[in-house]
Amino acid sequence: MDIGFILEISSLYLEAAKFTLKLASIGIILSLLIGLFCSLVNYYKVKFLKKIVNWYIELSRNTPLLIQLFFLYYGLPKVGIKLGAFTCAVIGLAFLGGSYMAEAFRGGLEAVSKAQIEAGLSIGLTKAQVTRYIIFPQALAVSIPSIGANAIFIIKETSIVSAISLKDLMFVTKDIIGIYYKTNEALLMLVVAYLIILLPLSLLLTYIERRLRYAGFGN
Amino acid sequence: MQDLGIRVLIEGNNLYRLMGGLLITIRIAIISAIISILFGIPFGIVMTSKNKLVRFVCRTYLEAVRIIPVMVWLFIFYFGVPKLTGIHIAGDVVSVIVFSIWGTAEMGDLVRGAVTSLPKHQKESGKAIGLTNLQIYSYIIIPQSIRRLLPGTINLVTRMIKTTSLVVLIGVVEVLKVGQQVIESFVLQSPSASFWVYGFIFFLYFIICYPISLFARKLELRWKE
Amino acid sequence: MALLEVIGLNKYFDGFHVLKDISFSVEKGEVVVILGPSGSGKSTLLRCINGLEEIQSGQIKLNGEVINEDSTKWHLIRQKIGMVFQSYDLFPHMTVFENILLGPLKAQKRDKKEVARQAEELLNRVGLLDRKNFYPRQLSGGQRQRVAIVRALCMNPELMLFDEVTASLDPEMVREVLDVMLELAKEGMTMIIVTHEMEFAKAVADRIIFLDGGEITEVAGAQEFFTDPKTERAKNFLNIFNFKEYKKGVDNNEKI
Ligand SMILES: Nc1ncnc2c1ncn2[C@@H]1O[C@H](COP(=O)(O)OP(=O)(O)O)[C@@H](O)[C@H]1O
Ligand SMILES: [Mg+2]
Repeated sequence: MDIGFILEISSLYLEAAKFTLKLASIGIILSLLIGLFCSLVNYYKVKFLKKIVNWYIELSRNTPLLIQLFFLYYGLPKVGIKLGAFTCAVIGLAFLGGSYMAEAFRGGLEAVSKAQIEAGLSIGLTKAQVTRYIIFPQALAVSIPSIGANAIFIIKETSIVSAISLKDLMFVTKDIIGIYYKTNEALLMLVVAYLIILLPLSLLLTYIERRLRYAGFGN
Repeated sequence: MQDLGIRVLIEGNNLYRLMGGLLITIRIAIISAIISILFGIPFGIVMTSKNKLVRFVCRTYLEAVRIIPVMVWLFIFYFGVPKLTGIHIAGDVVSVIVFSIWGTAEMGDLVRGAVTSLPKHQKESGKAIGLTNLQIYSYIIIPQSIRRLLPGTINLVTRMIKTTSLVVLIGVVEVLKVGQQVIESFVLQSPSASFWVYGFIFFLYFIICYPISLFARKLELRWKE
Repeated sequence: MALLEVIGLNKYFDGFHVLKDISFSVEKGEVVVILGPSGSGKSTLLRCINGLEEIQSGQIKLNGEVINEDSTKWHLIRQKIGMVFQSYDLFPHMTVFENILLGPLKAQKRDKKEVARQAEELLNRVGLLDRKNFYPRQLSGGQRQRVAIVRALCMNPELMLFDEVTASLDPEMVREVLDVMLELAKEGMTMIIVTHEMEFAKAVADRIIFLDGGEITEVAGAQEFFTDPKTERAKNFLNIFNFKEYKKGVDNNEKI
């Protein structure tokens, strides 16, 4: 193991880690928005939209991100739609993550009992008020563990964007292996970088899950 | 020359080649899935052990496998292991090894979940009506565990198939790689080939995975009661 | 004019006729107890009065005004009709105080200070002022149910509906909830109560409505109903709660 070399390349990994985080953050935020939209469409059974949303969810869940990226990045320009690699990655992650987030929200919404909704109605709240003050907060509390797990999933999924030549952690690693043959050092840094990003998140999630389970407001 | 358009898919033996590539993908997925199930079941049962140390070791394995992206594991085995041991392993073998390690962990967790979620009184009520331990397992525990397990296992298989798409990145010639080759060799006759070929592969994955997930969901719904 | 008037109400659940031509009225300040075997439609009737179930025909009038025809207005009507459920259904993500304030503040848009004062007063009356910042899960069943009653009362309703509010309580907690309701009756609150507590019904009711198979089969003053029920069904029903005549070694089959 070449410690000097590791120090030398660490700045490259820092850059790449920042990039990975940036991409993942945008992906997660868009996934949350798409997921929320889809779950609400399904929850309130919006007629026409419901069909589209369900097809989207099936497509998203049953195809690999890598193929989605290849299609977006290499396929679409041939029919006149030219998107940058970063845009493709963001679209791909949002397309993938959206259906996972929709599932997380669905679980939360379904956990709110009919009795709670009726209790809200019976004190004279409108449907919109019941949604805002009763359904949302309760659903969110139930969804948070799955939302967190999905966020981690999305971060991990970014590990394939080097396939469309984005300079993430995998890209840097491959580069260093290719140029310097310092395989061990590069792989070590790769694992360390992912652990630094994912381990705290994963521990935080475990902690939140426990808190929600044991001290949650549920009666 | 006129663009072939979607016909690029059936030009020459292209369709045959693509399907051949797909078969390689699926073979890797199926072999890995079988290994994962075979090892995952005992692993899951071990995970329910009362011994704290055993549980800790299992847990560590599971979490370690989970927290690192599969792509990174592929890199470690493809680039790292040869460097450390001097043995070069072919990409498809690496894939099977990595997917099996990952799948065993996930399968084990499913099994653990299925076994521990069985209410205790099931076992006790079995005892109460005078069944032997063996009878309790074969009539009560195992059938119920399988019911709880099957949907998750089927979902794991679809995840496995989807994840198999990554092996192209460690040089395995599978459907995506064959696709690239087709696109390259038809770059003149069919400039739009990459749209059709990648679109087709997207579609292929969908028609494989969609029925399987549909089946899993049906089972889940049917067995919910 | 009656405070509440139900005229020819019919309710179906996909072809199943749950409530058959129900008509009755409740005067201001009156306490009506609805009795009847399980499944006879008591809950459904209360839920119809509060707009939680749609009805297929008939009219429900509050203060002479038909309330069941414009479904967009139900949230306004419900501000005048409080309802308490068997399962309390407090909002678990809110404290006791937040539970009580939600309706008055958001639905009625009342002044926060004024509502808070009223809420504290009501909590004090049911002996739970010291629990105002607790979450529902930190309370016993009886305490939860008293909070649920306060939550409904704080809307200043003209009519209160109670659906078996003591049915999921441990026996030792039943009394504390019934006492609150007796107190309310004394103060002149108009109430419709569904209960299986016969002694309580006897004490609190001005009138008994006996519901059987979705039909009102008997309406009588409380005294009259318990001492001299007119219909065979009502007699059988009351017998279920009567253990006095049972003695060991005596064959009671004929009496049932
Ligand atoms: N949502 C529903 N859908 C279909 N049938 C229902 C529903 N709610 C109640 N019922 C039926 O209506 C009848 C009356 O129910 P309910 O009003 O709850 O009776 P009670 O409160 O007197 O026990 C019962 O036979 C019950 O099964
Ligand atoms: Mg009832």
